[in-house]
Amino acid sequence: MNLQSVLGLVLVFLCAGLMFVFALPQVSRRVRTFRPMPAFQKLRRAIGVSVEQGLRLHISLGKSSINSPTGASALAGLGMLERIARSSSLSDRPPVATSGDGTLAILSQDTLKAGYRLSNAIEMYDPDRGRLAGPTPMSYIAGTLPVTYGEHVSTHLLVGNFGPEVALLTEAAEQQQALTLAASDSLSAQAVLYATSQEPLIGEELFAVPAYLQAGAMHQASLRAQDVLRLLLIAGLIGGAILTLVGIL
Amino acid sequence: MRSPFATAIAISVGLILLIGYFLPIGLLGQLPQILLNWGVSLAGVAGLVAILNLVGVHWRKARAPRDRDGYSPLFIVAFLLTFVAGLVLGPTHPVYQRVVTSIQVPIEASLMGVVAISLTYASIRLFQRRSGMMPYIFVISTIVFLLILSGLLSIGGNLPLIGGLVSFINRLPLAGARGILLGVALGSLTAGLRILMAADRPYSG
Repeated sequence: MNLQSVLGLVLVFLCAGLMFVFALPQVSRRVRTFRPMPAFQKLRRAIGVSVEQGLRLHISLGKSSINSPTGASALAGLGMLERIARSSSLSDRPPVATSGDGTLAILSQDTLKAGYRLSNAIEMYDPDRGRLAGPTPMSYIAGTLPVTYGEHVSTHLLVGNFGPEVALLTEAAEQQQALTLAASDSLSAQAVLYATSQEPLIGEELFAVPAYLQAGAMHQASLRAQDVLRLLLIAGLIGGAILTLVGIL
Repeated sequence: MRSPFATAIAISVGLILLIGYFLPIGLLGQLPQILLNWGVSLAGVAGLVAILNLVGVHWRKARAPRDRDGYSPLFIVAFLLTFVAGLVLGPTHPVYQRVVTSIQVPIEASLMGVVAISLTYASIRLFQRRSGMMPYIFVISTIVFLLILSGLLSIGGNLPLIGGLVSFINRLPLAGARGILLGVALGSLTAGLRILMAADRPYSG
């Protein structure tokens, strides 16, 4: 077992331990609030408005396969999808999820089904609401554009792995005067989304979406664990730089 | 209530893969590869199921009594032609490859052209959308990096001051990207651990 594996295991156990501690009721009760983010306030309002006005929410989960290294962003999107399915399942126009990968499309259907079941509205579940829009990056965007134009969508939530071609989707949403909240793990997509979407989320804010939507104690605990680990990493980076300057490393 | 059976399978497979990644000893070294191979096969089947579902969605849209989608019949015809040609000729047949790429490549290239125009327009509109210094920083950095990447400043690259400045500016996005990627990596780690702890279950069970 090499040093890299040992450090990796330590990081995994440390992260799991922190999540477990922060999820304990005594600890989670003490620190309740996160920093206010206008994007999430707008999202909560948009979910309410779409249910009231009989408009649809569109959740775009990106083109990442679940078994690829970028699969974690898709997991964050699925977490958000379930939360939204639960809160808007009784809407006249239930939410629709599009994805650019077969496994992700099947999982989106399953997640929607779970959301409806947890809301005791399983009879309203429609598998067509979780669909594969296209199996390649461009065909995915091309397949998603008709949802933007023809399905009475008031809010687009783009959470997952995208390429720069996502600009076509945000541009179409802008033309329809729909709200776009977008987050991606891809650097090029983040740059594009900063310029084209109304509410872009940068970096790890992608993984904060379920926690801000009150998806559960463990989501909020994982956000706090990330903060602690980030501080440790910053300390390690600064310490490493100082040791290099001094000539020890 | 979700099925405890599905949750148990998800947790045990996840744990085997995680332990096998860090401790590839004996059975723990072989088992993850077998499970990953099963996963790849299942992903292929899921892809086929998802494509059939997509055809089904367009079939229903084409036959809908109201709000009928005019593009759906086109999609179904194109899908059937490509699918049958792929079955008859095989996906590696040169004629099949030429026909598919002759359609796909020009369409994707023209879409990328539209993306470039959309981005230029969005950069101008950024000043309306966002207040403060960020739009200015965004546009100035875009122009600076376009200049650097065009190679115009490489003429003065040998001069000590300009060469050092260009090298420093070239490092800036790397440093920023590293910071963002570290955050994304930590988020990915916690997302994976939530699945292992069954706090996140992206399956109905």
